[in-house]
Amino acid sequence: MTDPRLRAQDLTLAYDKRVVVENLDVRIADGSFSVIVGPNACGKSTLLKSLARVLKPQAGAVLLDGQAIASYPSKHVAKQLGMLPQSPIVPGGLVVEELVARGRFAHQRLLKQWSPEDESAVHEAMRLTEVAELADRFVDELSGGQRQRVWLAMALAQQTPILLLDEPTTFLDLSHQFEVLDLCAELHEQGRTIVAVLHDLNHAGRYATELIVMRAGTVVAQGPPDRVMTAELVEDVFAMPCRVIDDPETGTPMVVPADRHRRRGIRAPEAARA
Amino acid sequence: MSTVTKRIVLRGAGFSLRLHPRAVVVGVVLVLAALGVALVNLTTGDFPVPVGDVLRSLAGRGDAGTDFIVYELRLPRVLVTLLVGAALGASGSVFQSLTRNPLGSPDFVGLTAGAATGALVVMLILGGGGLRVSAGAVLGCVITAVTIYLLAFRRGSQPFRLVLLGIGVSALLEAANSYLIYRSQLNEALAAQVWLIGSVNGRGWTEVVIVGVTLGVLLPLVVYYGRHLKMLALGDEMAVLHGVPVERSRAILALAAVGLAAGATATAGPIAFVALAAPPLAARLSRSPSTGILPAAAMGAALLTAGDWAAQHVLPGNDMPVGVITAALGGVYLTWLLFRERGGTR
Repeated sequence: MTDPRLRAQDLTLAYDKRVVVENLDVRIADGSFSVIVGPNACGKSTLLKSLARVLKPQAGAVLLDGQAIASYPSKHVAKQLGMLPQSPIVPGGLVVEELVARGRFAHQRLLKQWSPEDESAVHEAMRLTEVAELADRFVDELSGGQRQRVWLAMALAQQTPILLLDEPTTFLDLSHQFEVLDLCAELHEQGRTIVAVLHDLNHAGRYATELIVMRAGTVVAQGPPDRVMTAELVEDVFAMPCRVIDDPETGTPMVVPADRHRRRGIRAPEAARA
Repeated sequence: MSTVTKRIVLRGAGFSLRLHPRAVVVGVVLVLAALGVALVNLTTGDFPVPVGDVLRSLAGRGDAGTDFIVYELRLPRVLVTLLVGAALGASGSVFQSLTRNPLGSPDFVGLTAGAATGALVVMLILGGGGLRVSAGAVLGCVITAVTIYLLAFRRGSQPFRLVLLGIGVSALLEAANSYLIYRSQLNEALAAQVWLIGSVNGRGWTEVVIVGVTLGVLLPLVVYYGRHLKMLALGDEMAVLHGVPVERSRAILALAAVGLAAGATATAGPIAFVALAAPPLAARLSRSPSTGILPAAAMGAALLTAGDWAAQHVLPGNDMPVGVITAALGGVYLTWLLFRERGGTR
C-alpha cells in the first residue's frame, strides 16, 4: 500500500503539559472527503491544527509526501495545504476583497505581487463562496455567517490541493450550511483532498467519503460512513443510544437519537396534568 | 469600485507590482516636504545664505565661504535629522504592526529608556564621549530589546504582553537613569540631561555615517520582510497557514526595528514621539488600513526636519534641542489619540 500525501505518525499533541492526543496514527486518503467526528474535547480540532502544522507535536510527526511537514519551507507547504481555522482574528479597517487577496500570499514574491493568476483566483474564490457582493464591506462589520464565508474564500484563494476545514458550518443558517458542504463536495469532485471537522453526524454521513471517528485523543474507527457509522459505534463514542437508518434523500447513514426524554417519565401533556 | 481595483497594477516580463496610488503620492509629497524644509534649514542660521548659493554649493560650484557653512556646519545636521527621522518612522511602523498596538513604539516599550541607560553608564561611570556614548546607547537598546522579547514571547506570541512588559521595564530603567544622574557631578549631570532631551545640534559627518549605514542596511531588510506584516496582523495561526515563517520573520523584523531605533538614538539621543506618531499619521494621510513602512519613514523625516526648523526659530536667538519640540508635539498627538479613542469613532 502506498502512503497517502498527508498522514500522522505516532502523534502526541499537548497544550503546555495537558496532553490532548496521544500516540495517534492517521492516514488521510488522497482525493477523499474525510470528515473527523467525535465528542467535544476529543482532540478533533487539535489534530486538524497539527495536520496544518499550526500546532507543533510533542512527539511523533505529521508527514507530507513522506517528509516531516516542519522540514519544508513554510511557503512550500502553504501551496499544498490550506486551512479554515475556527476563530481567526478579525482585522479592523480591512475590506473583504483585500482580505481574500491576502490568501494569495504564498504565491507572491517581492517582485511578483499581483499576477493574473492571483486576480483570477481571488475572483473565483469570491464567486464560489458568494461573497462578491460584499467585496467593499469592512470585514469587522459583517455578520458571523458572512464572515465565515469570507474566511472560506480566503482559504480557497490559496488554491491548495489539500484543504482542511475546522467546523466550516459554524455561524451558518441551514441553507448556508448545505451550500458550504455542497461547495466542499464540488471541490472534492474536482480532485482536491478535503478534511473537515464536523459536529453534525448526519452532515458527516451524507458528505464524507471517509469517516474518522475520534474519542479521547485516539482514532477509534475510520472508513466509509456506511460501514463505520453503526448504532453501536455512535452509542459507544457519544454515549447516546440511537438508531442508524438510511437517509431517505441520499441513502447514506443517518443517526436518529433514541427518545430518552419522553421515556424518562413525563410521557404526555395529560400525564403532567394528572 | 473596490479598494483592490483602486490599486494600480504594473506588470512586465516576470514581475508584477501592486501599488496603492494614494500611498505613493503621500510618500512622494512627504519626501519632497522633508527635502524642502531641509533646504530651508540649510539657508538659515547665524549666517543666512541665499537658496541659490546653497544650491550652487551643493552642486559643487560654490565659493569657499559658503561651502564651509553648508558642508561643515549645516549639511551634517540636516542629513542627521532626515535620516534619524526616517529611521524612527520605519522602526515605529514595524513595532506598531508587530504589537498590533498604536502604543507599541520603541519609546513606549522601553527601548529608548534602555538606550539612555547605556549612554548614561558610559557618560557618567565609564567616562567617555562621542562614539563611546553611541556604542553604549546601541548596547543598552539591544540588551533591553532582547530581555523584553524573551520575557514577552517566552510562551508563544502575546503582542499585548510585550507592550505591558515594555512599559514596566521602561519605568525600571527610568528609575536607574534618574539614579545615575543623581549620583553624578553637576556638570556631568547637565551634559547627560541635555543628551536625554534628544538633539541634532552640532552633529557631524561621523553621526551621518552611523545613522546612514544603519538605515542603508536595515531599511531594505524591513521593507522586504514588511510584506509579512500584513499576514502577521491576521494572527500567528493565519500567518503560518499562508506560508509566513512566523518566528523567523518576527525575530528579523523586531531586531531590525530595534537596530533602527538604536542607530537613531545613538546619533541624536532619545528623541520622543517621532516613532510613535509618524506611522499612524502617514497611514491616515494615505487612507490605508496598514501602515506602509516607507511612507512612515518619509513622515518621520518630514516631522523631525520640521521639528528642527521650529527648534531653531520658535524662540529667537535660542537653538533648542529638537527633542523639546517633538515631545511637545507628541504630547498633543497622544492627547488627541486618547481623546478620539474615548469618543469611540471608528
